[in-house]
Amino acid sequence: MTVFAGSVKTDRLWGLILSDVLTGSLGVFAADLTNAFFGWSVMDTLALQLLNGLDKGGAYALIALGLTLIFGTLGVVNFAHGALFMLGAFCAVSVQKLLTISVKVKDESITFFEAYKEVPYLETWFGETGTVIIDYSVPISILLAIPVMLVIGLAMERGLIQRFYKRTHAEQILVTFGLAIVIQELVKANFGANPIPTPAPEIVAGSASIGDWLGLGSAVVYPWWRLIYLAFAAVVILGVFSFLQFTTFGMVVRAGMQDRETVGLLGIDIQRRFSVVFGLAAVVAGLAGVMYTPILPPDYHMGMDFLVLSFVVVVVGGMGSLGGAVAAGFLLGILQSFASMNEVKSILPGIDQIIIYLVAVVILLVRPRGLLGRKGVMEN
Amino acid sequence: MDEIKKGVSRRGVLKGGTALAAGLAAPTFFMRHAFGADFRNNPGDSSSVTFGFNVPQTGAYADEGADELRAYKLAIKHINGEGDGGLLNTMQPLSLKGDGILGKKAAYVTGDTQTKSDAARASAKRMIEKDGVIMYSGGSSSGVAIAQQSLAQEMGIVFMNGLTHSNDTTGKDKRRYGFRHFFNAYMSGAALGPVLEAEMGKERSAYHLTADYTWGWTQEESIKNTTEGLGWQTANAVKTPLGAGDFSQYITPVLNSGADVLILNHYGKDMINSLTQAVQFGLRDKQVNGKDFQIVVPLYSRLMAQGAGENIKGIFGTTNWNWSLQDAGSQAFVKSFGQEYGFPPSQAAHTCYVQTLLYANACQMAGTFYPPEVIKALEGFEFDGMGNGKTLYRAEDHQCFKDVLVVKGNDNPSSQFDLLEVVQEVPRSQVEYDASIFGGELGPYEA
Repeated sequence: MTVFAGSVKTDRLWGLILSDVLTGSLGVFAADLTNAFFGWSVMDTLALQLLNGLDKGGAYALIALGLTLIFGTLGVVNFAHGALFMLGAFCAVSVQKLLTISVKVKDESITFFEAYKEVPYLETWFGETGTVIIDYSVPISILLAIPVMLVIGLAMERGLIQRFYKRTHAEQILVTFGLAIVIQELVKANFGANPIPTPAPEIVAGSASIGDWLGLGSAVVYPWWRLIYLAFAAVVILGVFSFLQFTTFGMVVRAGMQDRETVGLLGIDIQRRFSVVFGLAAVVAGLAGVMYTPILPPDYHMGMDFLVLSFVVVVVGGMGSLGGAVAAGFLLGILQSFASMNEVKSILPGIDQIIIYLVAVVILLVRPRGLLGRKGVMEN
Repeated sequence: MDEIKKGVSRRGVLKGGTALAAGLAAPTFFMRHAFGADFRNNPGDSSSVTFGFNVPQTGAYADEGADELRAYKLAIKHINGEGDGGLLNTMQPLSLKGDGILGKKAAYVTGDTQTKSDAARASAKRMIEKDGVIMYSGGSSSGVAIAQQSLAQEMGIVFMNGLTHSNDTTGKDKRRYGFRHFFNAYMSGAALGPVLEAEMGKERSAYHLTADYTWGWTQEESIKNTTEGLGWQTANAVKTPLGAGDFSQYITPVLNSGADVLILNHYGKDMINSLTQAVQFGLRDKQVNGKDFQIVVPLYSRLMAQGAGENIKGIFGTTNWNWSLQDAGSQAFVKSFGQEYGFPPSQAAHTCYVQTLLYANACQMAGTFYPPEVIKALEGFEFDGMGNGKTLYRAEDHQCFKDVLVVKGNDNPSSQFDLLEVVQEVPRSQVEYDASIFGGELGPYEA
């Protein structure tokens, strides 16, 4: 093996392993041992790509979770779900714009048009405190996004989508896709087509030295906000599952997903609960959008970019399966990241662009209902 | 039997009529090739002539497309003698008189390219076949520009490229019916090289992330040639899919690559996203090989720079033109555009405006709308007063040669538009090259 070729780096590594064994540090020993076999950079890259995949998978899973909730309860294929993700992101933009309403100091040297420097009122009035409030606009916008997205979700379901419950899936797709385009154009008319920078708070704008934590070396860093996003996605997913699993409301919803008619015959207004579930799915998509803004400066088209992939995630996970959607989201995110590694692309050029669809084809061939799909869902 | 016919005979009418018809037709018959009486969308006796402005009105470049459209409309106004005249006041030599083109008023139709080649071609074809445009123009993607340029050659209608920066546009994919005023990737490299050397030294290792299409490929090639010429190493060059959104999986390998410069061959939304994410990964705070890690964005756009926010500060790149230039032409354009719309024009707006005026002026110079004659008028045309100093429309490849701006993200902007600081105005002579290096054939004058 070339790693034993006696380079200074390898000698140092074996020295480290010996010292780990002697000091009884098993975790660090494992990391050093793997490094010895695979080389420094490969381990670093694998760890980083795993994190990238989990991060990306978190976004896919959150959107796919909402899509599956809606499909599983209401039987609607909601092509406007990406637009809900985008609306969430624009909640963050709106809060930022609100917090940075400014006094405009005109640049007198410019005469052909109005050029000015903006000084936010919050900074003028509250000084350093105002600056901190503006800095935290993304986390603050979560507070706005929850009620706004709930109202938007309920309005969308009650105002339009409920009229299409008894229509074909093709008609549902057409109407929700049309709705998505209308929402996009409204956002574009108000905010323009360019992405809008929406940074994370300064304190988490940089990178965490995860290499030091994992014993991989100080060169391995990962953005704080992406780690926060990953934790956030996990909390939201667990929250939704707990809500469905451990509350009476959730139990009724799950029962309704299994057999809507029987639940109705028991005198439960399942439709009303399903409407609330639509609102909940909208909130989940919206929060995913809010939290994603520091990673991807939002623009009016961002929802559509995620929607196609999220549908693949739902199909791979199994139509109507919440666990399947989450599992498939993370699986495809991770595969997409690993497929983008230079080492992989040098063997299979262009694999990073098709991996998701390739895996989807294979999974659907082997398991036509998807990873955790249930019999009878969307089969008639 | 003598038959004396008095008055007008049938034979006489026919003879006379034939002679008269021949006489009337004579100028156009003898001068047919000069004035092109018979060519596609000949405006003939019409009181107006129509241009087609095919820009992205939807999709990621819609804002840039909207700015291009504003510039086109302004150009039409100025050609027709409305408004303050804009660059008609500064352009030299000038044949236009501010009363339209060859006595006809300029009109326009618009189309949406959606920044997709097939959509752009379909829209352009509709303009040519249905709206009867004599020239069409537009930009924001080299792939789209090259597709439209090919159509122009097939249809015999001149295409004046808007924003397109690939070397291929006036290189291997050049066409007789296509013209580019905008600079290209080679010029970006040639202009940027000395500044990078002065700012970052000769011992550097660069990692390229490149948009996987014609523009990205040629820019990577040109910048690599430049930096390797300076003595820099190329650690790696990785192609990224267009519109990837999340670039994290392409950025993380940079961390351990040993590179100390990241070159982002991305434009528009890709540039905003990759730059934002590269900064989040701490690349700008990193020290590698005992040097501060640097990021370079070879092609800058002020409109797009807005999307990257604070992240662009101090980052070097090039641009075709900037509203802060102080020459008479630039100031005249900024004044017209600013007073009309309330904000400064983008580089895309500038090139589109100039292209429209140049085409109109070429028709006036040629005395006809007949494309081969208009093309000949544009080929080798040297002009001034349009911003960027003295400019040549080189005949061999239809590429304009003019000064190029090296810019960097402004550390301390004085206004919301003051995002780019001009570091250097690189003279035309420094960015010129032999037309043959990129190959390609212009094709025939007669389509």
